[in-house]
Amino acid sequence: MASDTTQPHPHPHPAPEPDPFSPFAYAPAPESRAIVDIAPSYGHFIDGEFREASDGRVFKTIAPASEEVLSEVAQASTEDVDAAVRAARKAFTGWAALPGSERAKYLFRIARIIQERSRELAVLETLDNGKPIRETRDADLPLVAAHFFYYAGWADKLPYAGYGADPRPLGVAGQVIPWNFPLMMLAWKIAPALATGNTVVLKPAETTPLSALFFADICRQAGLPKGVVNIITGDGSSGAALVEHEGVDKVAFTGSTAVGKMIARTVAGTRKKLTLELGGKGANIVFDDAPVDQAVEGIVNGIYFNQGQVCCAGSRLLVQESVQEEVLDALKRRLTTLRVGDPLDKNTDVGAINSAAQLARITELTEAGEAEGAERWSPSCELPTAGYWFAPTVFTNVTQAHRIAREEIFGPVLSVLSFRTPDEAVAKANNTPYGLSAGIWTEKGSRILQVAQQLRAGVVWSNTFNKFDPTSPFGGYQESGFGREGGRHGLEAYLDV
Amino acid sequence: MSSAPTVPPLADVTASDASLRRFLHGLPGVDAVGLEARAAMLGTRSVKTTAKAYAIDLAISMIDLTTLEGADTPGKVRSLCAKGLSPDPTDRTAPQVAAICVYPDMAATARAALACSGVRVASVATAFPAGRSALPVKLADTRDAVAAGADEVDMVIDRGAFLSGRYLQVYEEIRAVREACVRPEGSTAAPAHLKVIFENGELSTYDNIRRASWLAMLAGADFIKTSTGKVAVNATLPNTLLMLEAVRDYRAATGTQVGVKPAGGIRTSKDAIKYLVMVNETLGADWLSPEWFRFGASSLLNDLLMQRHKLSTGRYSGPDYVTVD
Repeated sequence: MASDTTQPHPHPHPAPEPDPFSPFAYAPAPESRAIVDIAPSYGHFIDGEFREASDGRVFKTIAPASEEVLSEVAQASTEDVDAAVRAARKAFTGWAALPGSERAKYLFRIARIIQERSRELAVLETLDNGKPIRETRDADLPLVAAHFFYYAGWADKLPYAGYGADPRPLGVAGQVIPWNFPLMMLAWKIAPALATGNTVVLKPAETTPLSALFFADICRQAGLPKGVVNIITGDGSSGAALVEHEGVDKVAFTGSTAVGKMIARTVAGTRKKLTLELGGKGANIVFDDAPVDQAVEGIVNGIYFNQGQVCCAGSRLLVQESVQEEVLDALKRRLTTLRVGDPLDKNTDVGAINSAAQLARITELTEAGEAEGAERWSPSCELPTAGYWFAPTVFTNVTQAHRIAREEIFGPVLSVLSFRTPDEAVAKANNTPYGLSAGIWTEKGSRILQVAQQLRAGVVWSNTFNKFDPTSPFGGYQESGFGREGGRHGLEAYLDV
Repeated sequence: MSSAPTVPPLADVTASDASLRRFLHGLPGVDAVGLEARAAMLGTRSVKTTAKAYAIDLAISMIDLTTLEGADTPGKVRSLCAKGLSPDPTDRTAPQVAAICVYPDMAATARAALACSGVRVASVATAFPAGRSALPVKLADTRDAVAAGADEVDMVIDRGAFLSGRYLQVYEEIRAVREACVRPEGSTAAPAHLKVIFENGELSTYDNIRRASWLAMLAGADFIKTSTGKVAVNATLPNTLLMLEAVRDYRAATGTQVGVKPAGGIRTSKDAIKYLVMVNETLGADWLSPEWFRFGASSLLNDLLMQRHKLSTGRYSGPDYVTVD
């Protein structure tokens, strides 16, 4: 606008002068911690009550954003695991005999309590995991409640699920879940197991045990019969003891491919039924006719959501060469607006890495990326000094041979590769031992269908990414695991079919 | 405004109806779900304390305080001008608004009331709001407003021509109105600024809104504006976000900066702050001033004043403590 305001400007207060560096800096907007009351210590939740570890061993759980100790939790020994499995076994007969409509009542009740306590749970999850409150509040908790509501609906309709007139539960499910979506993974495991009449022993990840222990309290609040849900805490050895336990009929694991392989070996040759949801190296494919602004949002959501600690992350960006420059410019511009910092601040987009070990893994792989000749870029952002932090990172000039194009980083690190034709895009996307997720960005509907059919990935998103819904089955190909969670398909893993 | 390059970029685009059509249809598509999700996400930003105080004053200073009614009278317009000059009579630190927006026959009244205050006179023109008149009528309407002292002209595009694909006609009409914004012979004042209204609710698709944005900017719009406020769907967060992306891309392509004005339906401080957050995170500091972003609104001002009062006193005083104009 050209200026013709040569007239005097008598008003004492004209428009506020924009500060050239930070004209509209959002003031801190922290969510209150006071809403959540974390006890100094927690025991295992076995047979409807909290009890200390049989051998008294405990470990600390910390807030990864500050390294502050949040609480002390029990380390499950083989005796604890045994007690939990026995409790689940004891509860199984009664639970499985309940009419589906009665089991549904408990699940509906749990879902409603989760909604009522969602703010508290969101703050707790953010503290223990390090992810931003915006994500726990707007993504994790709504999905957790939705999952329980959804499977509550199935509990009295199992005869119509396509698994026979009277499908039977398996028995005791031993479930081991990861730290990236602690409560959501719990919901994915427990909701279908209970709906189908199984009882469970669940072990949350060592670094994020708290929300599962709060869930135990929700089970009590809902009046769930004792022993139907048991929660034990501990490290990998506790998980191994659970998986190996004779009394477990079904093993469900979400986590790394390496641990998944160990579990598969342990379970091989037993009666135990197994589902594994493991790692991934998802390809996000951007064609030259993509809606660019939305594709950029999808790329950001694909790899920086939850600090990239997502098994189905779009960690490989495959962009058509003819629009590569345009897309990368737009992506970098967008990344400069990402807000990294205090996870409890409502305006934070990217929070803390979950643990020192994970941070070390991300650091190691990104150093390998640089050493192998890929070009590294990050927006300038000030990282807090305490806690575990990693700036959002983009690698360009990445080739299929680079480690950062092949190995799962599980962090906010995007590897950019290019392609020339749809065939090449498909070939590169499929050139991975994994096969969990993929994304297709194009305005051309026929191309979406054609490419999606050729991709070896359990989930293919088109013109979106990292969208979850309890009605939609989720799971992998190849080394990303087997079995499906969510939807009607998710019932199968917990039924004797 | 950035100085125009010697050879205007994209000049060949408007050489013919066919080339203009090819260009507009070659713009990247808009995924509606993704656009709406992004706008909704930005709507969750929490703007508190000092940031809120800054945003409220900025929003007030960006308002085109508007009255566009058949029942408008000189008295009503003068009252609105007084409000715009001094929005809060009890607190002189409240900034004045950007402009008073009226019908062309009220432009002279507004001009006289605002004098040299710095608050501008904006006049709608071109047979606002429907735009269903012959071009000479629209041009006469525009010249009339300019002659009456309008600093800014808010024109409407011919949605009929746009929707039937006669893009060059729409382009040439905007060019002609722009010409009509030039002051009469002998005046030293700069031409009136041209805001081009699309009526997004009638264009209906996001792809159309992106095309209209580029079309208007190619034709020399100083501002692009969402809507008249006279139809069912006016400014929304997603359609404004899309226009923000268009002005961002246009400046990257041509070096020319264009302003954006959402109008209609923005009534609360909360809404206004959501728009400012979108500007902040899509365009940044360069657009965070009344020179580049406006709100077409009437009732918004009082809500901003009530929120402003609450921030400074800690109490919510209620609607009886702001003036009704």
